[in-house]
Amino acid sequence: MAARAVPRRLYLAIFGALMGFTALTVWAAFIDLGRLNMAVAMTIAAAKAALVVLYFMHVRYSSRLIWVVVGAGFVWLIILISLTMSDYRTREAPVTPAWRAAIQDKLKL
Amino acid sequence: MAETHTALPAHQFDDLEQQHEAGALGMWAFLITEIMFFGGLFTVYTVYRWSYGQGFAEASRHLDIRLGAINTAVLIGSSLTMALAVHAAQTGRRRVLILFLLFTILLGSVFLGIKAFEYNHKFHEHLVPGPGFRLAGPEARHAELFFSLYFAMTGLHAVHMIIGVGILATLVMMANRGRFSPAHHAPVEITGLYWHFVDIVWIFLFPLLYLIGGR
Repeated sequence: MAARAVPRRLYLAIFGALMGFTALTVWAAFIDLGRLNMAVAMTIAAAKAALVVLYFMHVRYSSRLIWVVVGAGFVWLIILISLTMSDYRTREAPVTPAWRAAIQDKLKL
Repeated sequence: MAETHTALPAHQFDDLEQQHEAGALGMWAFLITEIMFFGGLFTVYTVYRWSYGQGFAEASRHLDIRLGAINTAVLIGSSLTMALAVHAAQTGRRRVLILFLLFTILLGSVFLGIKAFEYNHKFHEHLVPGPGFRLAGPEARHAELFFSLYFAMTGLHAVHMIIGVGILATLVMMANRGRFSPAHHAPVEITGLYWHFVDIVWIFLFPLLYLIGGR
């Protein structure tokens, strides 16, 4: 991140891309894709966030140390959400009669 | 405070490059705690959105997509002016730096103004969670939960914006006194990181709060 200044034209291009993605995500929200709507919206948001992190926040031009630290931050966020959801989404797992019988069978051993 | 105009690093660093990197790294360490801070709210959102998708979608239809989209554009614009302010600091153009810092403050204030207008509207529509909350239909309780998250997440985001505007105002005064040079402008760079981070939070809040109604 030293005095190596990023050309201003690049900032303008990133700004243009971010505005384009914003228009795209609004447009996509009006199309009924069922469960895919969420995936589309989050993919676009992640792409926008990546542009901001890499160019506006200069991570693209930073040392490996910064890359690792930034990456770890986002990986930890994914762990936070995915492990929490893996709990919530399996709490109501249906126990079928066959399954219950199998468990009782095991416990008798 | 060391001499701000010498191109020498503080005594604990080998060179300026290392000093710059240490500054950025420290800021990123802070921003990661911020990711986890907002991450808690995003996790709560995910849990309840998954359970009460219907109520969340109905509640989301009460938000104004146009205002949300305008605010997204305003905030992205403010990130551009912030990036250009950092560029001006790197190349040592003081007047341009002050100009872009002021532009960033202006856009940040426009964002907060629109947000205040939206909040006010929600009060008038009785969509603020609590005893005054009024919404017909079987999904009212879940919609109330959505609005609790809406106010918690956008509120916390707005607090970050207000702090950011305050820091930017301080930078304007520092720049005015000639405290920055191509070799020493870490406060501008680090404030830039903070400002862009706040922008990223909004980039996720906008689709999650405004665009889930499937209109």
